[in-house]
Amino acid sequence: MNEVTNLVFEVLPKFEGYAYPNEAGPHPLWGFLIVLYPYITGLVAGAFIMASLVRVFNVKALEPTYRLAMLTALSFLVCAPLPLLFHLGHPERCYEIMMTPHFTSPMAMFGFVYAWYLMAVLLLELWFDYRQDLVEWSHTTPGFKGIIYRLFTLGVTDESAEALKLDMKLGWIISIIGIPSAFLLHGYVGFIFGSVKANPWWGNVLMPIIFILSAVVSGIALCVFNYMVLTWIRRHTVDMRCLDTMAMFLFYALVVDAAVEGLDWIHRVYAAEEGFSVLRTMIREKLFYTLNLGQATVGTLVPLLLLGSLQLLRRRVPELVRRRMIFSCGVMILLGVLAMRWNVVIGGQLFSKSLRGVMGYKIQFAGVEGWLMGLVLLVLPFIILSVLVKLFLSERLPSSGHTPQDAVAADV
Amino acid sequence: MKQQFSRRSVLARIGAAMAGLLAAPAARAAKTAVQKVFVSSGAAKGYDVMKHKWLMCVDANKCIGCGLCAEACKKENNVPEGPYFRTWIERYVIPKPKPGSGETRGEPIVDSPNGGMHGFPPAAIPPSEIEHSFFVPKLCNLCEHSPCTQVCPVGATFDAPDGAVLIDPKYCIGCGFCIQACPYGCRFLNPFTKTAEKCTLCYHRITRGLKPACVEICPTQARIFGDLNNPVPDDPLQKFCDQNLVQVLKPHLGTEPRVLYAGLDKEVR
Repeated sequence: MNEVTNLVFEVLPKFEGYAYPNEAGPHPLWGFLIVLYPYITGLVAGAFIMASLVRVFNVKALEPTYRLAMLTALSFLVCAPLPLLFHLGHPERCYEIMMTPHFTSPMAMFGFVYAWYLMAVLLLELWFDYRQDLVEWSHTTPGFKGIIYRLFTLGVTDESAEALKLDMKLGWIISIIGIPSAFLLHGYVGFIFGSVKANPWWGNVLMPIIFILSAVVSGIALCVFNYMVLTWIRRHTVDMRCLDTMAMFLFYALVVDAAVEGLDWIHRVYAAEEGFSVLRTMIREKLFYTLNLGQATVGTLVPLLLLGSLQLLRRRVPELVRRRMIFSCGVMILLGVLAMRWNVVIGGQLFSKSLRGVMGYKIQFAGVEGWLMGLVLLVLPFIILSVLVKLFLSERLPSSGHTPQDAVAADV
Repeated sequence: MKQQFSRRSVLARIGAAMAGLLAAPAARAAKTAVQKVFVSSGAAKGYDVMKHKWLMCVDANKCIGCGLCAEACKKENNVPEGPYFRTWIERYVIPKPKPGSGETRGEPIVDSPNGGMHGFPPAAIPPSEIEHSFFVPKLCNLCEHSPCTQVCPVGATFDAPDGAVLIDPKYCIGCGFCIQACPYGCRFLNPFTKTAEKCTLCYHRITRGLKPACVEICPTQARIFGDLNNPVPDDPLQKFCDQNLVQVLKPHLGTEPRVLYAGLDKEVR
């Protein structure tokens, strides 16, 4: 493996060892855009699970973040297919995935799972949750904004107690359907990689599970981030009970995630199947920083320690320190999960399927697969979110005051 | 007689006739669509895909690494310059073990400069240190359970009944999933058409009774190609299978390749 054997420079520029000639292009086939795709989709699924904690699992402390989490999920979901679309060789043919899907392909179902999740879960649940407010806001708000609210009521202005009860009940049911749907949405993304048996880095039964767990972790971390940034912008005080509860769930999710990812690694090292030596080279050299530093240390170990110590010593840590610790944990986890997606997607293409060579990869600044494009795609959901927050989480508009648990109380 | 014209039977017949009338154009449309796909793959008009079963065999012992096959393939199929190959040749150089290392052989050196298209330069180690050296021509393995076909989200790539694995370039969306799924590195994304491409066994040639370009040009007959359903007298394919113990690449993946190799070493993947 150490011998440099690719003698013709213009054909095999970056591989050490041997790669199949078709693999020796200057860049991996799937670049930064495909790193962002599972990242953004994971944030959607995670934020939704976080919201479900309030609605389905009746965690009252998290109420202040319920609507924010739902809006976060929506704004990221709107952006989720963009990276996929941009990386296609023929984006104009993308509708074929839905028109003539090939049912044995893990990728073919994306259109349907996505549409189901957007239309049947997120938008419906949001609409049932907001309907009463929308009706009231459409009466009280003048001008263009008022028209928008009226449009969003879809003409259903019934505010009788029975109708509101039905709203709550339906929202609750959709939320219950939504949890497996969120798992489906992201588990399936994991399966896209896990099903590739040609690639020892990807082909793994645990892959969908790891993707789901890391999605939950990253989604909760994003909610922590958004909640704290929003309160900071609005000069509100942070609801410490809510934040501590979020930190607790973040910690537990992280423990499960780290355990399963650890299990995956132990299995890989112990089984040491074909291609193990090339994977070892990747961990030691090609993915050293993003894997050991990004994913393992910053994304997992440090937050585990910080959040874990908070679980033990919560009462003794002053509020300000606690806030800062939780916030930095959220940011670190967000970065760590991004590094994890990078390690999976890019890492899987940094070695030849002949298992005889490894490649280096430096991401460009410009271009479709460059930093800039990635940054735009990462900022875009936040821009959409800020518009949504302005419209639907405005301080000036009184909320109806119903809580998501009313449904549970009313129904069960 | 009376029963034959009961209300029920008449209704059933009318129903069947209606269904037939409705289904006939649909079936015709489906047949035209299928034919179109095969024509877009370069098949000759009137080629009956059900009457053939193509097979490629490779005798690695005979390959001299001249690279004519890779070059002919590029020219015949208009494959772009650069790291894009429908077929290529790999050279394996296995050094003698270092004295006292307790091994039977050294770490193999594999290369394929420019797909072997213009032959190979002298090996990186002197001939006196070489234990074995051989060439392995590679191409699409025509898997029975092709993972590339399985993962295509729109069904643009398909297993033809005659054994070829083909791509409809007008349908491919260029997602690259098939390229990731192929264990043998036989696919690439054409930088000009932005669609996936691979060996078609020179479909435009074989459907007209010719051999694939690589088979035609091979000076040592290391590549043996034929039709299992229509054997010729003294069939080279049959002869090859009679005379050799054959192997396939990466059998553990369960893809069941239909490209059979003779004379492979354990290092070949």
